Amino acid sequence: MKFVFTEEQQMIRDSAESFLAKVSTSKAIRSAMATEQGYNQALWQRICQELCWQMIHSPQAHAGIGLGYVELALILEKMGYYLLCSPFYSTVCLAINTLLVAGDKAQQAEYLPKISNGLTATLAYVGKTTSHGDNRWGAEAVTATAQRKGTQFILNGNLRYVPDGSTAELLMIAAREQSSVGEEGISLFVVPAELAGIERRLLPTMDQTRKQAEVVLNNVTLPSSALMGEEGTGWPQLKIIIDLATIALAAEQLGGAQRVLDMAVAYSKERIQFNRPIASFQAIKHRVADMMTRVEVSRSGVYYAACVAQQTMKAGVLDSTQARELAEAASIVKAYCSDAYFSNAGDALQIHGGVGFTWEYDIHLYFKRAKACEHFLGNGAYHRERLAAFILD
Amino acid sequence: MKLDFSTEEQAFRSEIATWLKQNLTGEFAQLKFCGGPGNEHRSPQQRKRWEQKLAEGGWSCIGWPQQYGGRSCSIEQQVIFHEEYHRAGAPGRLSLLGEGLAGPTIIAFGNEAQKQKYLPGIVAGTELWCQGYSEPGAGSDLASVKTKACFNETQGKWLINGQKVWTSLAHQADYCFVIARTNPASTAHKGLGFFLVKMDQPGIEVRGIKQITGTSEFNEVFFNNAECDAEGIIGAPGDGWKIAMGLLGFERGVSTLGLQMQFRNELNEIIRIAKQNNAYRDPAIRQRIAQSHAELKIMRYNALRMLSAQAENGTLQKEALIYKVFWASWHQNLGELAIDVMGPEGQILDKSNSGSEYTLNHLQAMYLFARADTIYGGTNEIQRNIIAERGLGMPKEPRA
Repeated sequence: MKFVFTEEQQMIRDSAESFLAKVSTSKAIRSAMATEQGYNQALWQRICQELCWQMIHSPQAHAGIGLGYVELALILEKMGYYLLCSPFYSTVCLAINTLLVAGDKAQQAEYLPKISNGLTATLAYVGKTTSHGDNRWGAEAVTATAQRKGTQFILNGNLRYVPDGSTAELLMIAAREQSSVGEEGISLFVVPAELAGIERRLLPTMDQTRKQAEVVLNNVTLPSSALMGEEGTGWPQLKIIIDLATIALAAEQLGGAQRVLDMAVAYSKERIQFNRPIASFQAIKHRVADMMTRVEVSRSGVYYAACVAQQTMKAGVLDSTQARELAEAASIVKAYCSDAYFSNAGDALQIHGGVGFTWEYDIHLYFKRAKACEHFLGNGAYHRERLAAFILD
Repeated sequence: MKLDFSTEEQAFRSEIATWLKQNLTGEFAQLKFCGGPGNEHRSPQQRKRWEQKLAEGGWSCIGWPQQYGGRSCSIEQQVIFHEEYHRAGAPGRLSLLGEGLAGPTIIAFGNEAQKQKYLPGIVAGTELWCQGYSEPGAGSDLASVKTKACFNETQGKWLINGQKVWTSLAHQADYCFVIARTNPASTAHKGLGFFLVKMDQPGIEVRGIKQITGTSEFNEVFFNNAECDAEGIIGAPGDGWKIAMGLLGFERGVSTLGLQMQFRNELNEIIRIAKQNNAYRDPAIRQRIAQSHAELKIMRYNALRMLSAQAENGTLQKEALIYKVFWASWHQNLGELAIDVMGPEGQILDKSNSGSEYTLNHLQAMYLFARADTIYGGTNEIQRNIIAERGLGMPKEPRA
């Protein structure tokens, strides 16, 4: 048992740090977020071609680097810290995880090398609904339908909150058999985004640093080769995919929570009132001490959850006996980090005083991103109820 | 970074688990889940015998170097020991202050004669220790202690005068480590000495403090020309502050992992009650139970991260600073959760109470005692100052 990083892991973290500090500046973030695409194409290609980060946890057999989830989490933490605008999360944490967990050898062999060349991809599974149900990120969220017609599938439905959904070149889609409910009848499909019947609309978002889209399926006809895994029994796999993506998001949240702490500390040391830096007031010190506590607890949680994810998917190979522990770790860490990032962002804004309320200062970018991350894949209350069901029911 | 224990570590785990199963029997069976913070008043004599039983089995002071009677166990082995110890429900350690604080301080700062004199009794579980730091006028501002130590040439001894307070287990202890002013003209952290004082002597009076729980484990200790041998001072007069602060590092040691197993036992008890009285159906209670569970699980990795880094680098890292405020606040919340899960029934004391008696059940006592968690060992407010100043480089408050 060793709960410290290896030298290799430290190297990965340090190189992510120095690269992102250079390329993901305030100016770069603001220019990327103002575009519809939401990221800089040249920068994404550098990440894919020079650093190969998008392949970090894919198996070497399919153009991957063959490292694990701990290494992935370290990179995500730094991306969250530098608020990198890129399709990394959607392509790697949603789409590649879907390919690794649910894709067959042929699908992996076809798509992973393409992603290694810079192809972008995402996962769409949450259907449009008007109810604020208990399980809006679980199996019930899947409302698109897949109807078998001979050797083909006909997909219909309206999918929402799809990260980078308007730009991704490849879509993973979850749909269910008509009239099936709950965990039954769910299938996963992989399809090129530019296909007859698929309509994609950018959803303008309060947080501009990660784009969301609506994906409308209108009698989309797919060959059986688009089906991932077995027809109608996709839920256990989708559940693992969501849990892996949840842990990845928590790693980003950790980075963001650390960044707003650093910004608040730096600002409070500069800002003079009553002839002294406001950092010398206990009212400020105690607030940042609580922020640091939340950051360090988040960090312990993220590294623990990343280790569990690593045990679940060693070198791209799934061990589904770990599914329950993975689900628990995902909910533990997402519940904690969601609240930690948002609290820290709110506190950092407060410590900045009036300038924290301006468009000019960057703190609002993090404040908005914190809330977006909190809600995507379930907020603290959602995950605590999921844990409560584990422990109490 | 990995979570699984090695085969050797697993073997060590089953060794201690088996020993506990075989020995927590007979007269010791009734000590299960007995003692610990909030329950220190229970069965002290039997628990002292249990300390000696542990020592016979070679399970006392396992992290100490072998040359001083320990086992030189690795951090990982100590983690395992503490987890299994409390998983088995073995009683709260009466020798905590000797094994965890006095001993490591003597090993780090004492001379050879002091090591020979004081360490064997700690290892054998025959000599218990208490800590003489706080005073009525020196709480958070610990450096303002007024207790004086004056060397009497004719007697060849130190004479100590003053008062300590919040001294846990002073009424059980054989020795007290005391910080006292050796230079009466000195102020703050200068001019202090670190003394090892025998408790059984006419110059020392111990008075229990009746606490919020109705029980007493904290005490006032009065020193009235209390004697301490010339060899009973660690380091030189004036070194006291440095030594006392060195000891704070030990305080955040591995025993915290054991604390977490106690917390887990308490949370399990709360969950059992919630299921029994249907409190578990209340959505607000469900949220709180889940939150306690999640944060307790992460707390273990806080500790492992802190200890692994310490083993790797030899020093405590910045993240260790957050440890106390986090567990103390968490545990206080757990106390509130416990009493809220019990509902109105939680307000009723056990039937055996009559007249002036005030006997609380385990969780009622925990609920009240947890108010002390955020005060003793550095209040949450002091912890936050330390985090801000040492962890984040914030400037100190200007002195008035």
